[in-house]
Amino acid sequence: MRLRGSKRRRKSSHLSDFSRHRATPDSTNTGGSRSLTGNMATATANGGSITFINCKGLKDIKKNGYYNHREKNGPRTGVPSREHRREAFEQPPMYVAVMTYVGFALVTLFGYFRDFLRAVRLEKRHLAQEREEQKNFVPLYQDFENFYTRNLYMRVRDNWNRPLCSLPGPVFDLMERVSDDYNWTFRLTGRTIHNVINTGSYNYLGFAENNADSLKTVADKVQQYGVGICSTRQEVGNLSLHEDLEKLVASFLQVEASMVFGMGFATNSMNIPALVGKGCLILSDELNHTSLILGARLSAATIRVFKHNDMHSLEKMLREAICSGQPRTHRPWKKILIMVEGIYSMEGSVVRLPEIIALKKKYKAYLYLDEAHSIGAVGSSGRGVTELFSVNAADVDIMMGTFTKSFGGAGGYIAGKKELVDYLRSHSHSAIYATAMSPPVTEQVIRAMKCIMGKDGSTQGITRIHQLAENTRYFRARLKEMGFIIYGHDDSPVIPILLYMPGKVVAFAREMLERKVGVVVVGFPATPITEARARFCMSASHTRAMLDEVLHHLNEVGDNLCLKFSRRK
Amino acid sequence: MASGQQWVLVEMVQAFYEAPAYHLILEGILILWIIRLLFSKTYKLHETYKLTEKEKEDLIEEWMPEPLVPLLSKEQPPSLSYDVVTGPPSHKIIINGKECINFASLNFLGLLDNERVKQKALASLKKYGVGTCGPRGFYGTFDVHLELESRLATFMKTEEAILYSYGFATVASAIPAYSKRGDIIFVDEAACFSIQKGLQASRSFIKYFKHNDMEDLERLLKEQELEDQKNPRKARVTRKFIVVEGLYINTADICPLPQLVELKYKYKVRLFLEESLSFGVLGEHGRGVTEHFGVNIDDIDLISANMENAMASIGGFCCGRSFVIDHQRLSGQGYCFSASLPPMLAAAAIEALNIMEEDPDIFSVLREKCKHVYKALQGTAGLKLVGEPFAPALHLQLDKTSGSRDADMQLLRNIVDHCLQRGVALTLAHYLEKEERFVPPPSIRVVVTVEQTEDDIQNAVSCIQEAAVSVLK
Repeated sequence: MRLRGSKRRRKSSHLSDFSRHRATPDSTNTGGSRSLTGNMATATANGGSITFINCKGLKDIKKNGYYNHREKNGPRTGVPSREHRREAFEQPPMYVAVMTYVGFALVTLFGYFRDFLRAVRLEKRHLAQEREEQKNFVPLYQDFENFYTRNLYMRVRDNWNRPLCSLPGPVFDLMERVSDDYNWTFRLTGRTIHNVINTGSYNYLGFAENNADSLKTVADKVQQYGVGICSTRQEVGNLSLHEDLEKLVASFLQVEASMVFGMGFATNSMNIPALVGKGCLILSDELNHTSLILGARLSAATIRVFKHNDMHSLEKMLREAICSGQPRTHRPWKKILIMVEGIYSMEGSVVRLPEIIALKKKYKAYLYLDEAHSIGAVGSSGRGVTELFSVNAADVDIMMGTFTKSFGGAGGYIAGKKELVDYLRSHSHSAIYATAMSPPVTEQVIRAMKCIMGKDGSTQGITRIHQLAENTRYFRARLKEMGFIIYGHDDSPVIPILLYMPGKVVAFAREMLERKVGVVVVGFPATPITEARARFCMSASHTRAMLDEVLHHLNEVGDNLCLKFSRRK
Repeated sequence: MASGQQWVLVEMVQAFYEAPAYHLILEGILILWIIRLLFSKTYKLHETYKLTEKEKEDLIEEWMPEPLVPLLSKEQPPSLSYDVVTGPPSHKIIINGKECINFASLNFLGLLDNERVKQKALASLKKYGVGTCGPRGFYGTFDVHLELESRLATFMKTEEAILYSYGFATVASAIPAYSKRGDIIFVDEAACFSIQKGLQASRSFIKYFKHNDMEDLERLLKEQELEDQKNPRKARVTRKFIVVEGLYINTADICPLPQLVELKYKYKVRLFLEESLSFGVLGEHGRGVTEHFGVNIDDIDLISANMENAMASIGGFCCGRSFVIDHQRLSGQGYCFSASLPPMLAAAAIEALNIMEEDPDIFSVLREKCKHVYKALQGTAGLKLVGEPFAPALHLQLDKTSGSRDADMQLLRNIVDHCLQRGVALTLAHYLEKEERFVPPPSIRVVVTVEQTEDDIQNAVSCIQEAAVSVLK
């Protein structure tokens, strides 16, 4: 779940402005603006002598503030990439935002009213209470901290944590649960809702599968090793199996070396502190995943946040940072690390990799690329965003990714130069203190990766990659036709449909389950308060018939609930 | 009077009309100038310090970052080359091609190689595949997770348990879920690394007390009490926690739980207990330190443990009262934002629990073996044994340090290598020396498991003694 801290913000205004430019992408670049064609090429041709057009801008960086139009005459760095013209963030009509706020205001008011009723004991308190013996302790939670949980989340929480009792494949079986007390507690009825179409799991390449033939090697490993490992990599948990996987990952990503870890989340949070520390600067995209934020925080480096995928904001920060050095002492920074993700899991947007690499080279920063959602899922042979943009993998200093999603396993990797990986082997928190990866899970990743690379002697891997790309395009195109507002890159298998209003989010999720489609909905605090959405994750294992069924229901539900906000065409 | 004033005004207007244009312009400029002076700053510090574009370019040109990772010239290579294990790390282990008896993996109950556990894992694999492809919130909650959570809660006799997909992330996520900026955590100096990371992530005030020294803890608590009396308003919202380990992985000794509980009520501080090493080891039924001391488990606010040692699976859990535990379902970062535990691993953990419940004798067998090893290793020349007699992961430290940590490590490494050659697998306890708050002295980890036979132990002990003599002579 890619929930984030509440500090995310996006100025959709200029992004939608950008998307309007898409209509005439090859028109000469008169307004400057964000079209990265035309002039950009000449700018890069000039090599190092790229000038920063808006030089006055430095002083008036407004961290979270409004961004004036003049500033958009952006930096002329970066390689022109046509890829970004395929990304859109359409803005909804005004009334939608108003209604969304009204909706939140209503539930909040009502929440206060309910709290009042509870305080005067007119309503039963359902939440677990503190023990009598500890009533005189300092309260473990501040009352206001739980206001949102108690009064908003509790009313709708049947839409999350739905329990499964089958493989998380293209269709799954849900355990039916009911609540007798308005979601305070749930009771399993013992019945099963069969064959619900799964549009929520990150099963991009369909490797969440259970047919005995493909899992044979995994089963062998269970038989041979058991499931655990009972030691760390640096002590006696370094299996030759792990080393096999590391070699495979390195060759898959076309880099020198790699190291694997037992948990994707921990790959970020336990390795970033080994790479940067005090006196270093981390420039982090505002929509980065919690694990990256946690890793950055644990590293004790200074963290600055740039606007999502906004090269202008990033370049400004880079210049500002190098020119003024560390705060107060003005010592030069030791290192500057740019942290970005390949595909952003809530927006479906793809990182502007070529531009970031150009910036990173120009300003001598390092680049940390988290490919949790993009590895396996994009690129003509599944190698992620570096392949999508055809940039050299060696230009990315630290390639990180997880095995949970496309590979249907668990864990993560870090790949890059040999020195980097060698250093991590002796300095990564994970190598020394955390249990190594489970052997059968390791085998699952090996088998999936071999399949993707065609090393198993079949073309199944590449077929799956093509299937995923096709499903993604088809689904996105149909949704646009229907008039939904969807976010993200045309090739991104993460497809958010904007629902905006809190009431609609809940109605949508429940109605879709009625129609046997399992959807993921997210709202505040995972998204900005006005941008609640449903998120569809495409999978290579979805058949056209399944997608059509989902689309058919989406179309009807979209009409019934008035969810088609798009004003395109 | 009134008419006189009017006259003056008329005259002024007249003069205005008659004045030459250049005069008016001049006066206008003068007025504007005065206004400007009034509203502008007297001096402009900023302008002089502002960098020109050229200067900026130069600065950018000149700035040279440190390399991403330090060059390896100074780093000693031993940690780079891991020992390679081929085949399963169970009772027998093949390290660097040499078959040994395993005294290094934390597989205390020997469940790693248990046929029943494997069968359950295989059955689960057949049904669910491997990965869950999602976090708990988004279709990553499986029936096995719910079952394991309720089984763990029942086993530990608590209201609720919550499952994490990685042992290290368990306590590291649990601490910052409760303790925030401004709160105070009292923590034992010997606390393991994952606790330290949890403390760091919480951004609370951290107060270290001397290892297992209750007087020192009480001194800190008293200090805090005085502080609180001075500022009762702040004290009313400052949460206080004590974080300790059951059996310390770094020192192999046990926390004085009854005294800790006493202090908890005396000073109204909540108590968190990390039981990764003691869960499935201590107590008649393997419930850990609480059972060992006969302390009411409800007196502990939160217990966390991993399932990677005694249970020989992967993952971790926290248990306690619902009032406490439920909060993590929305606030535990490692719970919310990470993919859930592969069902196969959860199924294996359930079976491990079954075995532990069915046959509590296994714990007394382990305890006997621990005592045996503890006794046998006493009086090894040049080495001192650290830990409790019932601890399954003991430390052998050098009697006399040579003065340098690296040299000590090398000596111990030689002993380990010597034993490896003779078929006894041991390992050094590894730490990140620069990251640890208090680095424990270099040591060899000696792990006791139920699978080790009398002969194995005898053999290992004489091997260690022999190695100590030959290396340390």
